[in-house]
Amino acid sequence: MITRRNFVATSLFTGGLATFGSSLAFAAANTDRRLVFLIQRGAADGLATLAPTGDPDHLRARGDFAVEASTGVKLDSFFTLHPAMKNGAALFKSGEATFVHAVASGYRERSHFDAQNILESGGLAPYARKDGWLNRLLPMLPDGRAQALAVAPALPLALQGTAPAASYEQSRAGGPADDMVQRINMLYAEDAELSKLWEQAVRTELMAGDNVAKGRNGTAEGQLAASLMKGANGARVLMMESDGWDTHSGQKGRIAARLKDVDDFVAALKAGLATEWNNTLVIVATEFGRTVAFNGTQGTDHGTASAAMLFGGALASGGKVIADWPGLATAKLYEGRDLKPTTRFENMVSGALAHHYALDPGRIRKAVFPDFV
Amino acid sequence: MTKEGVMAANRFGYGLLPDQNLPANPKLWLLAQLDSYSPSPAAISSQPTQAALMEELLNYQIESKELREARKDKANTEMLAEQEQGRKMARKEIRQVYFDAVEVRLDAARTTETPFAERLVHFWANHFAISTEKPQVSIFAGHHEFSAIRLNLMGKFSSLLSAAVLHPAMLTYLDQSSSIGPNSPAALRARERAGRERGLNENLAREILELHTLGVRSGYSQADVTEFARALTGWTVAKESDGGIQRRRPAARTEAGDPTFLANRHEPGARKIIGRNYPHNGAQQARAVLADLAVHPATARHIAHKLATHFVTDQPAASLVKRLEENFLATGGDLKSLYRTLIESPESWDVKAVKFKSPWDWTISAMRATGMKRLPDRLKIGQLQQQLGQPVWQPGSPAGFADRKEQWAGSAAIMRRFELANRFARLSANGVDARQLAVHLLGDRLTQNTAQVIARAESPEQGLALLLVSPEFMRR
Repeated sequence: MITRRNFVATSLFTGGLATFGSSLAFAAANTDRRLVFLIQRGAADGLATLAPTGDPDHLRARGDFAVEASTGVKLDSFFTLHPAMKNGAALFKSGEATFVHAVASGYRERSHFDAQNILESGGLAPYARKDGWLNRLLPMLPDGRAQALAVAPALPLALQGTAPAASYEQSRAGGPADDMVQRINMLYAEDAELSKLWEQAVRTELMAGDNVAKGRNGTAEGQLAASLMKGANGARVLMMESDGWDTHSGQKGRIAARLKDVDDFVAALKAGLATEWNNTLVIVATEFGRTVAFNGTQGTDHGTASAAMLFGGALASGGKVIADWPGLATAKLYEGRDLKPTTRFENMVSGALAHHYALDPGRIRKAVFPDFV
Repeated sequence: MTKEGVMAANRFGYGLLPDQNLPANPKLWLLAQLDSYSPSPAAISSQPTQAALMEELLNYQIESKELREARKDKANTEMLAEQEQGRKMARKEIRQVYFDAVEVRLDAARTTETPFAERLVHFWANHFAISTEKPQVSIFAGHHEFSAIRLNLMGKFSSLLSAAVLHPAMLTYLDQSSSIGPNSPAALRARERAGRERGLNENLAREILELHTLGVRSGYSQADVTEFARALTGWTVAKESDGGIQRRRPAARTEAGDPTFLANRHEPGARKIIGRNYPHNGAQQARAVLADLAVHPATARHIAHKLATHFVTDQPAASLVKRLEENFLATGGDLKSLYRTLIESPESWDVKAVKFKSPWDWTISAMRATGMKRLPDRLKIGQLQQQLGQPVWQPGSPAGFADRKEQWAGSAAIMRRFELANRFARLSANGVDARQLAVHLLGDRLTQNTAQVIARAESPEQGLALLLVSPEFMRR
């Protein structure tokens, strides 16, 4: 485990890139780089994903679930990855995965909806911003190459904003004929909103072609994501959504299935992207964590800090767990019940993006999280 | 006048039927619907009762239990195959109950003569959202709307609230059914007999405060959530797996025959929630909390804002919200009076206000506009709403579907509507003149451009498809 103590917050994610005066600071962002943001909606239990098996309070705090956790792959002397994440463990070994623990945005209440709003908008208060941090990243990438896409019926907040971005879902009927495209162009000629959406829809339909995956399991989603990102015209920024993390009851089996989906997604994405994986960064994060103690129904209730995951072929701290571990002793918990946050989500993201695009971390943070000082 | 007529039909309804004219007096037409509304039209009244659904669920749970036992005995493969088949059938039956209910909902909306009331039903069903991922929720989904929502649509908000949140669908969806008072007789017995710790689950308590009543950031604390969760213990749904079906069958249950309250799971003691004290009072304790929450000023504000947002525009005028809020407070949450206030407020008739139709709105209005009596072959309403991004009773979140443009106006969503418009048009273009229909449905909201593009279509079918995806028809 690397602890964040005594470091500039972002330096571990950037691989020690200087925060100030970097010669890279105002260069154009690296063009071939690809970014995937996978949001885990519903508050994923970071303590189940990445169990602090080295914490002396872990067994007491989590009981049977701590015993199960110990059957996963030990990443270092302190943390054990959930047994469902077999690909994740292999990627960690080869330096293609970084795990971050006790991470959270600045939000300290326990509403999913407010917390997701902040995780996506990057604002300081719920509904304070109308645009998303992923959208604010787009202008920093070279124009025309920064095709941004979300696999969703409509744009999630993280990708909403002034920069163009589209949403995509697999077509069931084949794309529209050219004649019909022209007619709809005319129908929407006086409607800025619909004409923009229609233009994006037609473009995306062409891009995905026949090369789309079926079904909605992790592997299929990974293949779909890869097909949308591959090649010169592929999306450079992609947002994926994952739900089902709100494990108030029967957590054990449910979280194993959800984690396996994420694990399969990453493996299929890597396989599909082939050499382009080396230019790819995947950020996996959730709106908040869950209670340290299990509730009366073998589940966990809404908590605070959770774990985040970074995957890719060119990580700054691949093969490392980054955590300034707050401890599971009752006195160390946030409000006596939750894992206390020690790393800000915004710092993690800006650091990882700075390394990925070889941009100055301060500049990235200012643009992507302008409200976060 | 035609402007107001178009607004009445679309903003407050599901659009006109082909043979229906714009109302001569739009406001009166809407207000009259509040009185002529029928909570149980024929199709709905023939839906299964709660008791029948409970039986079916118990059957599924018994099949699941037998399957678990068969799995333990690995040698007996024949038995296992039989049990697997049995569980599969039981699960299929539950899916069928759900799909049947969705069809009934569609038919009620498609043919209704009180579209404003129907829109209100769907508004509240989304406010008290359940989501049908689990079979135990899915089986009750239709009943939740047909009974809890429809029967309380024109009464007090407090009645609607208790009916909606103490319904088996909600109790299961938000895990209340497995929450047990840590010091209740049931928990003490579990501890003594099996050394098992049973206890609270605060999911429902939190969402009632955050989503159904006061609204998020309205001043309640984590302690209020936990106390409310304690008050709610005992409210549950029969579950076969933790012992003694017979004992748990409706007839054997306690508290005035209520099939969803088990007194021995209720946490003993008085509770203090948002500054008020609630004495130990079994099932009535949670009801008393709900009654207070239902008339709280924060609830009035929350409901006023949601209602205005749903019908009028994503950013409703503050004066409209205030008017609704004041009416809610003055009447103690009388819903009919609230709806009347909405119709009688001048802001509700702002010609510039506009909403992007949700997939459900769009589908129902398209079917009504074209007079379609059924969907294209092999297309089921359940799947169709899934494709459009709004599966019925399955928003995937207790917050329901977001009621604003960003949720629906996506490029993928537009493409799906386009594809469906083509299929709808193929089915119903015969005998429909899209040029006349456009004028009939949209009145003076029809733009020159849309009229022209429709008129130049190469076939009646294409003209109709273009009308269904026109800017005027995508919005209301």
